[in-house]
Amino acid sequence: MTDLYQSQRAMRNMRRAAMQRGVIAILDVGTSKIACLVLRFDGPERFREDGLGSMAGQSSFRVIGAATTRSRGVRFGEIDAMQETERAIRTAVQAAQKMANVRVDHVIACLSGARPKSYGLAGDIEIAAEQVTEQDVARVLAACDVPDYGSEREVLHAQPVNFALDHRSGLADPRGQNGHRLACDMHLLTVETTALQNLLYCIKRCDLELAGLASSAYVAGIASLVEDEQELGAACIDMGGGATGLSIFIKKHMIYADSVRMGGDHVTSDIAKGLQVPMATAERIKTFYGGVMATGMDDREMIEIGGDSGDWERDRRKVSRAELIGIMRPRVEEILEEVRARLDAAGFDSLPSQQIVLTGGASQIPGLDGLAARILGQNVRLGRPLRVQGLPQAATGAAFASSVGLCLFAAHPQDEWWDFEIPAERYPARSLKRAVKWFRDNW
Amino acid sequence: MQQVTAPLRRDPAPSRAAYRMHRLWLTPVFRALLRVGVPAFVVTMGFGLYLSDDTRRAALGDKVAAMTKSVQERPEFMVTLMAVDGASEPLAAAIRNLVVVEFPVSSFSLDLEAMRAQIETIDAVKSADLRIRAGGILQVDVTERDPAMVWRSAQGLFLLDETGHRIAGLTVRDARPDLALVAGDGADKAVPEALALMAAAGPIAGRIRGLVRMGERRWDLVLDREQRIQLPEDEPVAALERVIALDQAEDILERDLTVVDMRNMQRPTLRLAGDALARLRGEDLKPATRVAGELAGN
Repeated sequence: MTDLYQSQRAMRNMRRAAMQRGVIAILDVGTSKIACLVLRFDGPERFREDGLGSMAGQSSFRVIGAATTRSRGVRFGEIDAMQETERAIRTAVQAAQKMANVRVDHVIACLSGARPKSYGLAGDIEIAAEQVTEQDVARVLAACDVPDYGSEREVLHAQPVNFALDHRSGLADPRGQNGHRLACDMHLLTVETTALQNLLYCIKRCDLELAGLASSAYVAGIASLVEDEQELGAACIDMGGGATGLSIFIKKHMIYADSVRMGGDHVTSDIAKGLQVPMATAERIKTFYGGVMATGMDDREMIEIGGDSGDWERDRRKVSRAELIGIMRPRVEEILEEVRARLDAAGFDSLPSQQIVLTGGASQIPGLDGLAARILGQNVRLGRPLRVQGLPQAATGAAFASSVGLCLFAAHPQDEWWDFEIPAERYPARSLKRAVKWFRDNW
Repeated sequence: MQQVTAPLRRDPAPSRAAYRMHRLWLTPVFRALLRVGVPAFVVTMGFGLYLSDDTRRAALGDKVAAMTKSVQERPEFMVTLMAVDGASEPLAAAIRNLVVVEFPVSSFSLDLEAMRAQIETIDAVKSADLRIRAGGILQVDVTERDPAMVWRSAQGLFLLDETGHRIAGLTVRDARPDLALVAGDGADKAVPEALALMAAAGPIAGRIRGLVRMGERRWDLVLDREQRIQLPEDEPVAALERVIALDQAEDILERDLTVVDMRNMQRPTLRLAGDALARLRGEDLKPATRVAGELAGN
């Protein structure tokens, strides 16, 4: 745990250094695209760490550079071919720097795959004094019994979501309150170490310093859920290219995150296989004519799929839009059913409000909300990310939900375990004893 | 698996070196260095290399000198003659002898301040004012010193102005009978005091022969008939006025005495002439009055 503390705190310090310089980049490494945004922070006087500033604190920063490039070497949200991904990251970062005309040294990244796994942790302590102090908060966090998540996994988020003092639960801030027994619930999200390390290596190869890491399901939720939904309980489903992330929020805290290893790219490959066309053509057909709800009209709408087989005279195949929908719909249904299964496993149906927000690039399929309503429940809406200052029009779509969420995350990171101080008894007692001994010997 | 051995056909990504160069170029310090440092270095280096050759440097120096000369020697800047105003004929001649300027000369090469200082070293010059007038004339306005005293010193006779500054030598005392005579070492340093004494001694002006500075600290007023009024160091004018008042009341200076010693104001002392005492003890005062009358008549 100490090791985790160190590395996460180092990242927090990096973020602070970047804030002082005023420029930070965010990097969304996805399966279909890599987006890099360069943010400029307008100084600490306008950047209020406490309560909310104007426009929910978003006015503290401004996007001054944005670049997107086709992702390469990424599958299921994990890095598959390192060199390729590194080149793609380089392309995006360079283009964003060029647009911003400023050099960026610190980057906050997110990743969508790497098999995230959620754990709910609980811990409680007896309070020595009557009032709860900072030290007590630190102690109760340290008292949470960490599950054995395996050596090949790494903690990505560890957010205290609830404090309870004696019989009162749901405390926002227990400090200063009177009580005897302090309990805490914590949400721990772990991901595979190898996927993380690959991403870190790629970023390092680009001469960038990592100032933070986030799960893309989490940041997409921040960006596309409105405040009420976060408060009352909602799930955000980020339908990306290679992975579909889902995160459940309640009381403005993420309590569950998972990812389904299927996404828009699978739909594309289904089309390519079903219609015998290249992937590029399949992607084009999907974006122009794709859909999930067939109507009578679609039988008559013929799509030229030009096989690009070199035989332009003979290869003039056409399919009806209904056929295309017939190929796409089962895959989309499969994804949504998988999501449904994950939500059920997480106990989403026991939440007071069961709002579901679809976002991400693949959520732009026409008719998806109707299909999702059938599978996931009635409260489904399509979500678009929050509008942030300076974001180009091309980057305001649903596909940029996690990028925008990362911007918000960079501006206002949620309190995590490592943001609280280390409990005093965790300090190595031996070194203190040695110091005392040294004094005794020498004075 | 993708092809890993052969390079990709067309890669839109920047190479690592290009990426780093771009980042370097975006570094503000590097940019400033390249924008300011490199041009400055190139200019300095080129200049240094050009000037490292002796002949080039000399040629450059000659060229600059020729250019300045050509500008300075334009007729507008030339000075052709010197006019001395406010000086007597011999002083003007002395000034012309002292300040030797080869006319015509460029006004750039005239150091007026130095020339002024040089002219003001002449004793007779109180102050000098030099300027270059339109038409190429070096105008010298001189204020002469006014002689106020004649000083007889070990070196000879000198004229002194009212501050005691030496003006000129004098061959004979009679050349300036209108001026009072002072004598003794250090008399020139106390000329204002001497002038005040002479002014105070107006009633006996006809009898005064001069003032003698004694021991460079006090004055003796010497009258004819070898009479002497020894004045104190402090407030000599008051002492002199006292003697004059005494004289006007009692005619003491008409008596047969040689020294009126006023050095101690509390105790004025008279020294009689050698035979005066005998005559006083003698039978009649007539000879004394006679002598006094004779002397007064002289």
